[in-house]
Amino acid sequence: MIEVKGLVKTYGTKRAVDGVSFTVRPGDILGFLGPNGAGKSTTMKMITGFIRPDAGTATVAGIDVAQDPVAVKAKIGYLPESAPAYGEMTVVEFLRFIAEVRGFRAKAAREERVERAIARTHLDPVRRQTIETLSKGYKQRVGFAQALLHEPPCLVLDEPTDGLDPNQKNEVRSLIKTMAQDRAVILSTHILEEVEAICTRIILISQGKVVVDETPAAFRARKPGARLDEIFRSLTKGDI
Amino acid sequence: MSSQITPVFKREFLGYFRSPVAYVFLIVFLVASVGLAFFIGGFFRGNQASLESFFVFHPWLYLFLIPAAAMRLWAEEKRGGTVELLFTLPLTTRDAVLGKFFAAWLFLVLGLALTVPMAATVGWLGDPDWGVIVSGYLGSALLAGASLAVCILLSALTKNQVIAFVLGVLALLVLVFLGWSVFNQLLASFLPVAAVDFIANLGFIPHFDALAKGIIDPRDLAYFGSVIALALALNIAALER
Repeated sequence: MIEVKGLVKTYGTKRAVDGVSFTVRPGDILGFLGPNGAGKSTTMKMITGFIRPDAGTATVAGIDVAQDPVAVKAKIGYLPESAPAYGEMTVVEFLRFIAEVRGFRAKAAREERVERAIARTHLDPVRRQTIETLSKGYKQRVGFAQALLHEPPCLVLDEPTDGLDPNQKNEVRSLIKTMAQDRAVILSTHILEEVEAICTRIILISQGKVVVDETPAAFRARKPGARLDEIFRSLTKGDI
Repeated sequence: MSSQITPVFKREFLGYFRSPVAYVFLIVFLVASVGLAFFIGGFFRGNQASLESFFVFHPWLYLFLIPAAAMRLWAEEKRGGTVELLFTLPLTTRDAVLGKFFAAWLFLVLGLALTVPMAATVGWLGDPDWGVIVSGYLGSALLAGASLAVCILLSALTKNQVIAFVLGVLALLVLVFLGWSVFNQLLASFLPVAAVDFIANLGFIPHFDALAKGIIDPRDLAYFGSVIALALALNIAALER
């Protein structure tokens, strides 16, 4: 579903992403791990067509992002880091805008999509509030609602549980799990239990390179008895 | 016209009215444009049934007002991170640029339309040439569009709205000055007439003045059209960089 081959991105003299390759199939929840600055967000931005890679290709549902970015964007639901949204709009106004850009122009279809997204992410109590007045947890949910609205075959979520309280984290995880059936999901995080709780595969990226690509069970088996963050630390030493 | 322009246009245009900025802007525009015509331009004293003393100040008024209306258009998206949201939605950079431009332009034309009572007053007190007034409004709308296109482009170069504003004022200052008669006379003291004419024609004022006087010359329309098209093309290039 999502196929990434040899992606490279250089900022100035720093190679942020250095030949990253992997594949995500429908039903996969890929946990994208790595220290801050390892290149997780940059890789996601290249998959979603926000920035252009210096080399390599990313294809989504067989379409190359560089060839037809608009078609790829239509297939992806993307939650950027810290869930940016237009603060002066209310939740409903914002989701209507997203629905219209996503091609749901007829009022009935648009409202149906918006209502379904609101119900799914439990945004009903704040639907008429402007987004800038919402708490962090609600803002994150608005970002989710926006990403799910068109029921995309691929979801790309950049730190979806960052800054949420434990209850909200739990809720977001179960939401991701229900969404993941027959979809390809990539999520980045640095919370290791999260990966174990929901991911079917782990990719660990360090200094722009993939250092691990395996199942959570295999990852844990690298050092039986050790805590996950010890394994994480020993694999990403070079990043400090 | 791609249908993807419409949602961006709608969001952006209505966006002006989601904050007090729109009302502040419209009031300042009305007070300043009418005030300049009355108190500096001698709109009443001139005793002429025309809006010439009203339109003559527009290039100078737009010098400050249009950078203020345009500065947030890209700078705010960049600062707030929504630019990442916008450009991962299924639309092209061109759709987004055109949607924003037309929304802001319509907003400015709305401000201009609110001055129609000025024209009505002239019509009630005297017997104006309506063709000249319509042509003046057309000229002012085109001048606003060209100034706006330049300022949106500058807004795309920074995430700081203040910088976008200052760059906008500077760029418009250059475009106004190039065609300002006082500046042109200064140039004529050491440059040949043909060179001065060429420089003056790059500026806004000669093209705007012709329209404000009721002369609708396709070359003036083409001038404003070219400024708009060039600035928008550069805007797309700057965002895709």
